[in-house]
Amino acid sequence: MGRRIAARFGQAIVVLWVVTTLAFVLIHAAPGDPFGFDAPNVTPAVRAQWRAQFGYDRPLPAQYGLWLRNLARGDFGYSTSLHEPVRAAIADALPRTLLLMGVAVVASFALGIALALFQVRHRGTRRGRWAGHVALFFYSLPDFWLALVLLLAFAFWWPVLPPGHPVNMVMHDYMAPLPALLDRLRHLVLPAATLTLLTTAGVARFQRNELLDVLPLDFVRTARAKGLDDRTVLRRHVLRNALIPTITLVGLALPAMLGGSVFVEKVFSWQGMGWLTVNAIGMRDYPLVLAGVMVGTVMVVAGSLVADLAYLVADPRLRVG
Amino acid sequence: MSAERGLGFARSWRRLPPGARVAAGVIALFVLGAVFAPWLTRYRPWEQLGIVTLQSLPPSWAHPFGTDRYSRDVLTRILYGARVSLAIATLAVFVSSTVGTLYGAVAGYAGGAVDAVMMRIIDAFLSIPRVLLLIAVLALWSPLPLAALVLLIGLTGWFDVARLVRGQAMALRQREFVVAARSLGARPAAIVWRHIIPNVLSPVVVAGALAVGNVIILEAGLSFLGIGVHEPIASWGTMFQDAAEQFVSTWWAVIFPGVAIVATVLAFNTLGDALRDVLDPRQLPGRPALDPQERAHG
Amino acid sequence: MAEPLLAIENLRTYFYTTAGVARAVDGLSLTVAPGETVGVVGESGCGKSVTALSILRLVAPPGRIETGSRIVFEGRDLLGLDERGMRAIRGNRIAMVFQEPMTALNPVFTVGDQVAEVARIHAGASRAAAWKRAVEMLDRVGIPAPDERAREYPHQLSGGMRQRVMIAMALVMQPALLIADEPTTALDVTIQAQILELLTELQNQFGMSVLLITHDLGVVAETASRVVVMYGGEAVEEAPVVDLFAHAHHPYTRGLLAAMPRLGTSRGRLQTIPGTVPAPTDWPAGCRFRDRCASAWERCEREHPDLSAVGERQFSRCHLAAEPARRAAGSTPAAREVPA
Repeated sequence: MGRRIAARFGQAIVVLWVVTTLAFVLIHAAPGDPFGFDAPNVTPAVRAQWRAQFGYDRPLPAQYGLWLRNLARGDFGYSTSLHEPVRAAIADALPRTLLLMGVAVVASFALGIALALFQVRHRGTRRGRWAGHVALFFYSLPDFWLALVLLLAFAFWWPVLPPGHPVNMVMHDYMAPLPALLDRLRHLVLPAATLTLLTTAGVARFQRNELLDVLPLDFVRTARAKGLDDRTVLRRHVLRNALIPTITLVGLALPAMLGGSVFVEKVFSWQGMGWLTVNAIGMRDYPLVLAGVMVGTVMVVAGSLVADLAYLVADPRLRVG
Repeated sequence: MSAERGLGFARSWRRLPPGARVAAGVIALFVLGAVFAPWLTRYRPWEQLGIVTLQSLPPSWAHPFGTDRYSRDVLTRILYGARVSLAIATLAVFVSSTVGTLYGAVAGYAGGAVDAVMMRIIDAFLSIPRVLLLIAVLALWSPLPLAALVLLIGLTGWFDVARLVRGQAMALRQREFVVAARSLGARPAAIVWRHIIPNVLSPVVVAGALAVGNVIILEAGLSFLGIGVHEPIASWGTMFQDAAEQFVSTWWAVIFPGVAIVATVLAFNTLGDALRDVLDPRQLPGRPALDPQERAHG
Repeated sequence: MAEPLLAIENLRTYFYTTAGVARAVDGLSLTVAPGETVGVVGESGCGKSVTALSILRLVAPPGRIETGSRIVFEGRDLLGLDERGMRAIRGNRIAMVFQEPMTALNPVFTVGDQVAEVARIHAGASRAAAWKRAVEMLDRVGIPAPDERAREYPHQLSGGMRQRVMIAMALVMQPALLIADEPTTALDVTIQAQILELLTELQNQFGMSVLLITHDLGVVAETASRVVVMYGGEAVEEAPVVDLFAHAHHPYTRGLLAAMPRLGTSRGRLQTIPGTVPAPTDWPAGCRFRDRCASAWERCEREHPDLSAVGERQFSRCHLAAEPARRAAGSTPAAREVPA
C-alpha cells in the first residue's frame, strides 16, 4: 500500500514536470515576442534590458533551467497586461476559483449521486425515465450558453440575483460582516449553479451505471434473502460499493470542471483563474496565459491525487490484506 | 467475421428505441439544413442587410429568428453555421478516433512495459484540462486556419478512446482467433490491423457519437472566447461572440443558436447512449466513466 | 401424519426471455417435515436453484412464479403474501445459504456487521446487542476468536470460514427452515466435510428443517433423510435416502449413482449418462429423459409420465413403474442417435 501511494505521488510529479516543460516549449515556439508590444516609452534599449533581465538572451537550455528554478520558487514571471508579477494576480484570482470549484464539486456530486439513486430506484418507471431525460438534457448543454441563459433569466428578466462579479463591487467593502457574507453568497449562486448543473448530469450518468453494475451481484441477493427492503438494499449495500469508483470520478471530473469554470467565470465576471486567463489571451499576455494553464493543471493534479488516495482508503480490499 | 459485423449493425438499427430514431432524424435534419442552406434561405451569412435600418431586429416573418448586431439574418447564420460546426466536429472526432484507436490497439496488444509506458503518457496528458491547453495554444498562435483548429481539437481528444481501445485490445489478445493467428506466425502488425481493430470498432463508434456532441460544444465555446473559428466565417460559436455582449436586449441572437446546439448535441448523446445499449452493453467499457472528462472542457 | 413445515404444490417458475419461455421449474411438488433434512439433487439446469429462490420469492424478472403454484409454509401460502409479509419471513423464519461465499458476502462491510444486520432487522436489536449476538453466532458455527474475526472483511477469511459466516448469518433468528443451495460446492473436499458436519450439528441443536440443494449425491448421502431427484424442471424420483441408494428406480437416478466415483471399486472408466440436458425453453414432449434413457420406448415419446409409487415411500416418474419388464440392461440408449 505504501508503494502504491509513493507511485501515485511520483506520477503526479511527472505530470507536473510534463506540463511545465510543455508550457516552456509553447512560450518559446510561439510566434511573436513577449516584449514586442507597442508602448510609447518602450525603446529598443528597454526591450533589450527586459530580455536580459528575464534571461531571454541566454541559450535555450539555460533558459529552461531558469524557468524551472523560477517556477519552483513560485515566480511565474511578469504580467504585461496587469503590470504586476503574475504571482500577485494569481494570488488574487485563485481563491475565487477555488471557492467556485469547491462549492460546485460538493454540490454536483451530492446531487448527482442522489439523482442516480433516484433513477435506479425507479428504473423502468416513467419517473425514472424522466430523470434520465433530464440528466441527458443538462449533459448536452454548452456551459457558456447555460451561463448566459441563467444570467438572462435570473439577473434580468426576473432580477433576483446579481449579474456578475464575486461581490458587490461598490458596496461590499462598507458592509458589516453578516451582510457582506450574504452578499458573497448571493453573487456565488448563479456561477456555482451553472457549474453544478452541468457536472451533476455527468456524475449522475456515471453513478447510475455503477449502481446498475452492482445490482446483479450475489451479495445483493443475500441482502434481500435476509429480509431487507429494496430501499435499504440500494442505499446501504449497493451504494456503498458503487460509490468507490465515484471517488476516482472526482479526479477525472476536475479537468472538465476547470474547463467549464473558464466559461462560467467569463460570463459572470467572476474574477478567478479562468477569467484571468481569458482576459490575458485578449491582451496577448503570454506569461499570464501560461501561468493560468499551469496553475489549472496543478489544481487538477492535486485534486486527483487526493481522490486517488481516498480511493485507496475507501475500498477495504485495498486497505488491508 | 466481417459478415457478422455488418449484420450486427443492421440488426442494431432495428433494435433502436424510438427516442434514438428521433435523434437520428434530428441529426439528419441539421445535416440536410446545412447542405441545402443556400436553397433554404435567400440571405447569405455574411450579408449585412441595411446597416442601420435592419440592425438587431426581433423575430418576424422576414427574419424568423431575427437579425443580429450587424444586421445579419440569424436563421441563415444558423444554417450555414451548421456546416462549419458539424464539419469541424465530425472531422475532429475522426482524427481523435483514429489516433486513439491505433495508439490503444498497439498498447493493449503489446502489453507489458510498452503498454505501461504508453498508458502513463496518456495519464499525464489527461491531467491537463483540454480547454486550458487549447486556450494556450490557440492564443499563442492565433489566428489559426480552420484545418489547424480541427487537428488541434482532434489531437487533444484521443486519450479516452485510446484507453478504451487498449482495454478491449487486452481482452481480445486472449481470444482464440488471435491466439490462432499468432500460432500461425502472423506478424503483430498484421494481427493488430486485421483482428484487433475491426473488433474494437463498436465501442469506438459509440464513443465517437458522444464525442461529436462534446466537440460541437467545445468549438462553440472556443469561438465564443474568440480563439476558435474566426470571423467572418459563421459557426454556431462565433454567433455568440458579438451577441453575448448585447444579449439582454437581443436575446434571439443568443437563444436560437443555443437551441440549435443543444438540439444537435442532445441528438448525438441520445444516439450514442442508445447505440451503446444495443451494441452489447457488457462489452463496452466506454460508459460514462469517461464522459465528464470527455466533455468539451476536459 | 403431522403437518409438513413446508409444502410446495405444483410450483411452476417460468422465465420469459427473448429466446422463448424457459420453464425452469415445471410442476414440482415436495414437502419438508419439521426437523427433516430433504436433499434436492440434479444436474445444473434442472431447476433446483430456481426452486430455492422461488420459495423465498427472490426470483428476478424476467422470471415469474406462475399462478396455480402454491408454497405453504407454517400453514400459510407464501405466494399470497405481500412483500412486507415476505420480508418478515426472509432471514427470520426461512433462511438461505448460497453457493459462493466470496461473492455472496458484501466486500465492504465486516462480517460481524453483516451477521449483526439480521438481528437489527428482525429483532430490532441495538447495534451493541446485535454485535454481541453476531459474535455469539460466529462462535456457534465454530469460528475461532470470533470477536476478532467479526471485525474482519470477507476477503480476509478463507473459503470455509466465509461459508461458516453465511451459516451464522442464516441462523441468527433461529429459522424453522434453512435452505442451503450448493453450500459446499465451492469448497475443498476436507472443508466440505466440516461444513456438512456443522450443518447437521446445528440442525439438531436448533431443531430446524433443512432443504439441501446439491448436484453431489455423496453430500446427500451424508446429511439427508429424504431425497428428491429433479430433472427437466420436475421431480423424477423421491425416496428416503437409504432406499434411494439401495434400489433407485428412475433410470436417471440410476445413471447418477452409476456415475459416482467410488473408492474401493476398480472400474475401467467412469460411467456417464449420454447426451445433455435439453434446454428449458424446449422440453421434449412425453418423458423429458427419454432421449438419454436406455429403456425408453414409444410410450415414453407419447405420454408424459406421472409420479407413481414404486415402494413404501418411494415415487418415480417413469413408465417403467407400470411396465417394469421393459427395463434395459445397459445404460446407452439402444439404436438411437444420441443428441450431440
